[in-house]
Amino acid sequence: MPNDEKFPASRYGPAERHMAESLVEIERQMLADPQQEDCDCKEGMFNGLTRRGLLAGGLALGGGALMSGRAAAEAPPGAVEYYVQPDPTKEQGRLILQDDGYGSRSQFESEVRWRYPTASIESSWSMTPLASGHGIITPSGLHFERHHAGIPTIDPRTHELILHGMVDTPMRFTMDDLKRLPAVSKIHFIECSGNGLTEWDEPTLKTVQGTHGLTSTSEWTGVRLSTLLEMAGVSDGAAWILAEGADAAVMTRSVPIDKAMDDAILAYAQNGEAIRPEQGYPLRLLLPGYEGNTHIKWLRRLEVSDKPFMTREETSKYTDLMPDGSARQFSLEMEAKSVITFPSGAMKLPRPGFYEVTGVAWSGRGKITKVEVSADGGKTWEEASLEGPVLPICHTRFRLPWKWTGEQAVLQSRATDDTGYVQPALSELVDVRGLNSVYHLNAIQSWHISEDGEVTNVHA
Amino acid sequence: MFMRNLTVVCAIALATSPLLAEDSGEEKATERTSATLPERLEETGERAPMEPPRSSAEEVGEIDVSSNAFGVGQPATEEQISAIDIDVMPDGQGLPEGSGTFADGKTAYDQACAACHGSDMEGVSELGAPALLGGRGTLADDSPVKTVESYWPYASTLYDYVHRAMPLQSPGSLSPDEVYAISAYILGRAGIISDDPDTTLDADSMAEIKMPNADGFVEDPRPDVGGNE
Repeated sequence: MPNDEKFPASRYGPAERHMAESLVEIERQMLADPQQEDCDCKEGMFNGLTRRGLLAGGLALGGGALMSGRAAAEAPPGAVEYYVQPDPTKEQGRLILQDDGYGSRSQFESEVRWRYPTASIESSWSMTPLASGHGIITPSGLHFERHHAGIPTIDPRTHELILHGMVDTPMRFTMDDLKRLPAVSKIHFIECSGNGLTEWDEPTLKTVQGTHGLTSTSEWTGVRLSTLLEMAGVSDGAAWILAEGADAAVMTRSVPIDKAMDDAILAYAQNGEAIRPEQGYPLRLLLPGYEGNTHIKWLRRLEVSDKPFMTREETSKYTDLMPDGSARQFSLEMEAKSVITFPSGAMKLPRPGFYEVTGVAWSGRGKITKVEVSADGGKTWEEASLEGPVLPICHTRFRLPWKWTGEQAVLQSRATDDTGYVQPALSELVDVRGLNSVYHLNAIQSWHISEDGEVTNVHA
Repeated sequence: MFMRNLTVVCAIALATSPLLAEDSGEEKATERTSATLPERLEETGERAPMEPPRSSAEEVGEIDVSSNAFGVGQPATEEQISAIDIDVMPDGQGLPEGSGTFADGKTAYDQACAACHGSDMEGVSELGAPALLGGRGTLADDSPVKTVESYWPYASTLYDYVHRAMPLQSPGSLSPDEVYAISAYILGRAGIISDDPDTTLDADSMAEIKMPNADGFVEDPRPDVGGNE
């Protein structure tokens, strides 16, 4: 087909047609040359632009546009440093697919996860930069991480899930099998129950990333666990199910079978693409509203039983020590919580005036129904607006216009969920639980604004 | 026609891909460990869409589709299950055959565990390796010391975890005898079982052990605070 038919003048301007024809020509050359297509460097349709095709393409396009190629890079993670045009209205921009067909964020954006300085690097966690977050979805590359033995690299073609124990027919599933089953997509937060563990005694970390960054929200897609359990046939008397990961910790948690049958998802996708390796690729368990540790990543085995398995993570860890020396076990639900992300710790407000106070609220038990904001340390409260859609077991964005007068202020937020539960003050938690329970700190957060605009983490 | 082109492209890919030549050791050496880009369709050059996932049941044909509405997945055999069914429960279910003594446990511990947990099980905080001993009677203190001795409610968990995930640099490498021996050494040093060098642990004796904090755990009573509207 001649190109003038393919790109008719009625729909293509001369420059557009020229570019389109050039690209077709580049593609034709690459397709006609099997060696090129088979070589190790085949990364994309236009990767040739940076190698051999660059010559052809550059000639065909008259050269100029390709000058906007990749500059010597000190780009932030997840970005590519491109040439910055002095006046982008006066020369062609970077060509389409110069990114080889998978885009990256702007070279001018640099927020990153921050690793909490645990002694062990193998068993560690990194936190979401909530302060720079927008809306309710966490970018997959900024979702918090908690690994107990590093991040395994697992080939999905050989990964299998075995379901056994108290079932009629023990079953074995490939990833393909799971993807053939009816799927669901749900937007849910995951929060590590250790979120805020540094903050019981005194204000310790300075930023909202440090105090609250172990919560993130994604859209998760996968097959309902109940679908598999129904296929295998659960025996009478079954009460618990063990989930086990294929990492070096062979991470295991026991889950009540009712939860497994209710809303548990075996997720293979996150925010519209395959789940990220650090989130459990190729398969993770999602237990909406339960503490993050139970959402077993790299899932390889499920065993149904009449008793909990009493794994290390549900006995020596992730249990909450009370003042009398007893410890709460299987404290699985994440209770309602909220935090103001702007303004937040270690920021400095430049001058008095208008600011939109904003943050996120969430509850493992359902929907957020109300978020109140105080600017006077909890003496008076004003209801913030909740931005829809307000989804169950999901970050909910709240906003409230505020005028800072230049006087000292203490900003707080307080969430209520649809069970009627109201987020407590830290003192209420400490009165009941003491200072040694480590997990499940869901107290109201206080940010102090000084007269010169410095925002600090305080207990108020 | 598109479909036929795609089929041809895929057939070539299947025939030539080393990934699928499962039994050839030589070809495995060059096996890709990442995905290739989607093939191109003839004429238009479009990227081929994903291949529909294949049911393992369809491939093997062992499943009774009439009893499996989705025709997906296969029955797991005893052998396949036992290859990865490693958990051990408080009643001893899952404990393997084998045994180990306190004395053998000291040797094994010094070799496999002491570098991180310390020669006296005191832990090495710079490595993030917790203490294994001590802390009994401190759980209600201002600074409770949570260890295997003072906090862990079940001996089965010690076996399960050491076998599953320890030592850090070669997890899952210890034999059942070694794990029984290391367990005997830790629990003997903790004064939970005898520290006589001949003290032996096996599946039966392991399940009999009562840990000091076995009754220390309670059900989750939350919501325990938080005003209710």
